[in-house]
Amino acid sequence: MSNYSVRADALLKTFGRRLIFNNLSFEFKKNGIFGIAGANGSGKSTLIKIIAGLISPTRGSIIHTNEGKVIDSEHLHNYIGFVSPYLILYDEFTAWENLSYFAKIRGVKFDEERIKFLFYRFSLQTRKDDYVKAYSSGMKQRLKFIFALMHKPVLLIFDEPTSNLDDEGKAVVYEMIKEEGGKNIVIVASNEKTDISLCPEIIVLENYKE
Amino acid sequence: MKSYALFQKDINSELRTRYAVNSLAMFVIVAISVILFSIGNEKISENLTGGLYWVVIFFSAMSGLARAFVSEEERGTTLTLQLIASPSTVFTGKLIFNLILVFAMNSVITLLYAALFDEFVIKNFLLFFITFVVGNIGLAVSSTVIAAIIAKAGSKGTLYPVLSFPILLPLILTSVQLTLFAMDGTRFGEAIFELAIIVCYDIIMISASYMLFDFIWKD
Ligand SMILES: Nc1ncnc2c1ncn2[C@@H]1O[C@H](COP(=O)(O)OP(=O)(O)OP(=O)(O)O)[C@@H](O)[C@H]1O
Ligand SMILES: [Mg+2]
Repeated sequence: MSNYSVRADALLKTFGRRLIFNNLSFEFKKNGIFGIAGANGSGKSTLIKIIAGLISPTRGSIIHTNEGKVIDSEHLHNYIGFVSPYLILYDEFTAWENLSYFAKIRGVKFDEERIKFLFYRFSLQTRKDDYVKAYSSGMKQRLKFIFALMHKPVLLIFDEPTSNLDDEGKAVVYEMIKEEGGKNIVIVASNEKTDISLCPEIIVLENYKE
Repeated sequence: MKSYALFQKDINSELRTRYAVNSLAMFVIVAISVILFSIGNEKISENLTGGLYWVVIFFSAMSGLARAFVSEEERGTTLTLQLIASPSTVFTGKLIFNLILVFAMNSVITLLYAALFDEFVIKNFLLFFITFVVGNIGLAVSSTVIAAIIAKAGSKGTLYPVLSFPILLPLILTSVQLTLFAMDGTRFGEAIFELAIIVCYDIIMISASYMLFDFIWKD
């Protein structure tokens, strides 16, 4: 089990005069699957980006700790695995090259065995040397999961995890989410009932609109 | 090391897409040809040659160096970079790329210039060399940070010349002056004031860029 925790304190986010959510507090600890639900435009992706440190909240704070020590924003990215529809990999490289560059830029070891296993798990093993340009949207979605899992992060953040996936792909993702949720923190934001039904704890953003 | 890996990624990407190099090469060739044709057989003064030399450098830099961040923003890969690297890694990686590009581009411009313009004769070579090095560093640093700002501002190419002009003005003016000194054969001691300005400019731009970049990079 991980010793990671994410704590949000009275988050407020506005875009111009539009309030997205207000007074949102939570704490995710050690392991588990946590859901974020809400209608289109309710702020799921926004909340997820704030948790990942990609954008700042208008007010309130978000604190990541590992083994009791607070993680500063310079190092946060290596603890996180992130999948979302607006994540884009480099078209001009092959899937394998993309991942190998990412490992080097992250400054972590490129664990070929693990990557091969992940390609196998997401049924892309025969296509790993194809250019990402030539991938279908479902294949790209599978590749994003390999990208998110390759460095063994303790915090996994999935925005619409099953978009573009076929039934077999969804089954692999659900199985992986359950497995990761047993040891790490998994956050799932989605409109899919089946995605959300994996989560024992759910934040419904409609409850934080004033 | 991490920024070096990012630099390698960019070099490889550039080798496959040729985006920056093509637009740079086109610009340099067109600019120098236009100057050559417009001069014709007339003799032009040393002052003008030195000035035009920096005009070519300034505008070529603008056409190529902004690619560093604009290409990531256009393709939507900014988020990917944010997920794998800290802001300082990203800035250093992009800066190395632009440094290499600036030095390569300006070496070519200088050689072309020396070959094509009879008036472009350097008497104090060491002074010219130092000006070239510190001037190019300043150019690379400022263009990198300006590129980051315009990529985020979302107005892409158009804002670049407008924003870079006031920031680059002190650098360009001093570099032109130092180049003229080098062409005149002015001794080192008499150029020390201008050299000091340009070195200070580099130091200020480097520190300001690293401080600012965190804010530019994460909205
Ligand atoms: N950069 C931005 N500038 C202005 N408004 C924004 C910005 N990003 C998001 N918004 C607004 O914030 C609200 C929440 O957007 P968000 O993308 O978080 O919704 P979501 O819950 O993920 O929706 P969906 O289910 O469609 O993915 C929307 O009303 C959107 O218009
Ligand atoms: Mg969304």
